Amino acid sequence: METLLKEEIKGKTLSGAEAVAQCLIAEGVETLFGYPGGAIMPVYDALYDYQNELKHVLARHEQGAIHAAQGYARSTGKVGVCIATSGPGATNLITGIADAQIDSTPLVCITGQVHSHLLGTDAFQETDVVGISMPVTKWNYQVTRAEDIPAAIAKGFYVAKSGRPGPVLIDITKDAQFGTFEFIYKPCQHVRSYVPKRAVDQASIVKAAELINQAKKPLVVFGQGVLLGKAEAEFKQILEKAGLPAASTIMGISALPTEHYLYMGMLGMHGNYAPNVLTNSCDLLIAIGMRFDDRVTGNVEKYARQAKVIHFEIDPAEVDKIIKTDVAVVGDCKEALNQLLPLLENRSHVGWLNEFQRLRDLESEQLIQSELEPESGEITMGEVIEQVNRITKGEAIVVTDVGQHQMMACRYAKFKRSRSLITSGGLGTMGFCLPAALGAKIGMPDKQVVAIVGDGGVQMTIQELGTIMQTGAAVKILVLNNQFLGMVRQWQELFFDKRYSSTMMINPNFQLIAQGYGIESRKVEKREDLNEALKNMLEHEGSFLLEVAVGQEFNVFPMVPTGSSVSEIRLK
Amino acid sequence: MKKQYTISVFTEDQIGLLNRVSIIFTRRHINIESITASESEMQGIHRYTIVLHEAEDLVMKVVKQLEKQVDVVMAFYHGNDELIHQEIALYKLETALLVSGGKVEKILREHHARIISVEPDFTVIEKTGFKEDTQRLFNELEPYGILEFARSGRVAVTKPMKQLKEYLNEIEITTLKQ
Ligand SMILES: Cc1ncc(C[n+]2csc(CCOP(=O)(O)OP(=O)(O)O)c2C)c(N)n1
Repeated sequence: METLLKEEIKGKTLSGAEAVAQCLIAEGVETLFGYPGGAIMPVYDALYDYQNELKHVLARHEQGAIHAAQGYARSTGKVGVCIATSGPGATNLITGIADAQIDSTPLVCITGQVHSHLLGTDAFQETDVVGISMPVTKWNYQVTRAEDIPAAIAKGFYVAKSGRPGPVLIDITKDAQFGTFEFIYKPCQHVRSYVPKRAVDQASIVKAAELINQAKKPLVVFGQGVLLGKAEAEFKQILEKAGLPAASTIMGISALPTEHYLYMGMLGMHGNYAPNVLTNSCDLLIAIGMRFDDRVTGNVEKYARQAKVIHFEIDPAEVDKIIKTDVAVVGDCKEALNQLLPLLENRSHVGWLNEFQRLRDLESEQLIQSELEPESGEITMGEVIEQVNRITKGEAIVVTDVGQHQMMACRYAKFKRSRSLITSGGLGTMGFCLPAALGAKIGMPDKQVVAIVGDGGVQMTIQELGTIMQTGAAVKILVLNNQFLGMVRQWQELFFDKRYSSTMMINPNFQLIAQGYGIESRKVEKREDLNEALKNMLEHEGSFLLEVAVGQEFNVFPMVPTGSSVSEIRLK
Repeated sequence: MKKQYTISVFTEDQIGLLNRVSIIFTRRHINIESITASESEMQGIHRYTIVLHEAEDLVMKVVKQLEKQVDVVMAFYHGNDELIHQEIALYKLETALLVSGGKVEKILREHHARIISVEPDFTVIEKTGFKEDTQRLFNELEPYGILEFARSGRVAVTKPMKQLKEYLNEIEITTLKQ
């Protein structure tokens, strides 16, 4: 890797805090998200001198800062960087770190820590953040000496972005920030105890190709691995050459354009009907960069039992973790798919694709049409998303929160470009959307960024409207207001006898809140105003909050009830 | 089927790694029967020897998750037949019990136990062996009164001859190839 370090800095005596800034510059960081406090003040003081090189975005809460760093990382493919102080600052990062860990998002979090001589004494704002974050970081480390900062940060970036990416936390004591040393920076390219990816075994590729060539009813199930591995092009070529229908996990969405003729939609609990049903009819299941989450598999005992399974996966710990594979191709999927392509025979699997089409038509007639183009009744979430599609033409980055609107967005939003759906998949973190959308907009300023969020989730991190105001990031915020914690209410309706325990919400006036932050806003309650209001929002120069009153007791279907097999998916 | 397995984990010598290693077990609600940490034959590399009673399939998944940790060099698991392993036990008895020709002395001789410290009011006995061996001695001494007892975790070396260094070389080669 090319180091961006200026010549004149090498060998100069710097403080640990200045070294932090220099290391970030050397790693190519341009933007970081954070919140200051006592134990990290030396670093903030150093950042004051580097405002041209390092743009610091001051969030309104550390959770906001880290979700913004996640949105930035996921939209750009770069490492997200986040800074916080010790104690409460550090613990406020934990939800985001856990989210990044389970969704394989590359992050480097830097936290301040009390003086090293105070460690373990219950000093003011001391928490054992290294201990607390250990189960949810790919790697973490505490630095107590200034001269150890460059090596720790270098290793942190290398670990965060290599192999299966993930969050790293580096905790730096205040004395290490103040200490001085002769600065040198060497990017890390190798850690002896760590194998980011294994070389692809040619024999496994040959076996995989044989199975694919022989298959009569193959089904590809893909996840975020395709886009983390930057293998979108290879992936598409494979599908087209071998005529393979493909369905996505929530994390894989947008790795294949949603309009592609081989894209069969989303898998899992609220996924599309055809790929769920046909998972239990295919003769070969080809999993690429996905990990068989329980929301995808439903009842594992009844998941694709009839099929042979090939698993392309970078993380050996995922192989055979949930589903026993017949052929495991361990390694980078771009490399693996490149090697696979020449071994595949041309196929079109017309009959098999027709089976998909038949079920897609069924889902469309019985469900999707009334969801996307209802003629009467309250506004549906689906029609709002469909209208957004028509205006943005699949070019926008869509960021969602968690709940019914998330499932609707994942089902109905259209994407032409990879990395354009950003959602909290593995952890399902409410409050993710608003800050993540801000981070995405800062990372991709030329893209339209639409935040689709529920009335519940938006209030979990609503303070980040302040960050949107201060940065001027033109995020379009679409609050789908059903006056309920909708997804929980849906479960109460279906599985708890409609006992709506603590899910009804009296909401604030969102326009007034937006106005307080100087953000344009509007509320839509009638179908006939929807299209014009959406256009208005999307054409508006700055950020905009549009609240849409949607049906209060609408449900997300189809649904695989917990404990059921994916092929028992219900259309109503 | 659950069986006794021994997991050997080789790690960089770093603060907090024991925590990282044990989290993998606690997350899956696995009970560790014993754990021993020590240096290995390579400088700067530590080894943990962890004994547990679980199904092989689960042990395999745990080993992969251990190996995935950035600062873990290698992790293996072995059944008892692939290992040479021992535990050490210390027994504190009243010195008065050890009169020569007495019953306790006879028990100690039969068990090949050693006297490692004699004080006026207590004596410490040491026995190394499998857990069953040290337990049998415990059972026989118990009626006479054991003042204190401690048993170590398992230490083990594997029968397969491949050395840690060779594994390390292999990793170096695969990573450098990229
Ligand atoms: C931090 C957090 N707390 C609780 C939940 C559980 N939960 C999942 S969906 C949901 C309801 C979300 O309601 P809202 O934001 O209004 O979105 P809707 O489902 O109505 O679209 C809740 C409470 C969660 N996912 N995350």
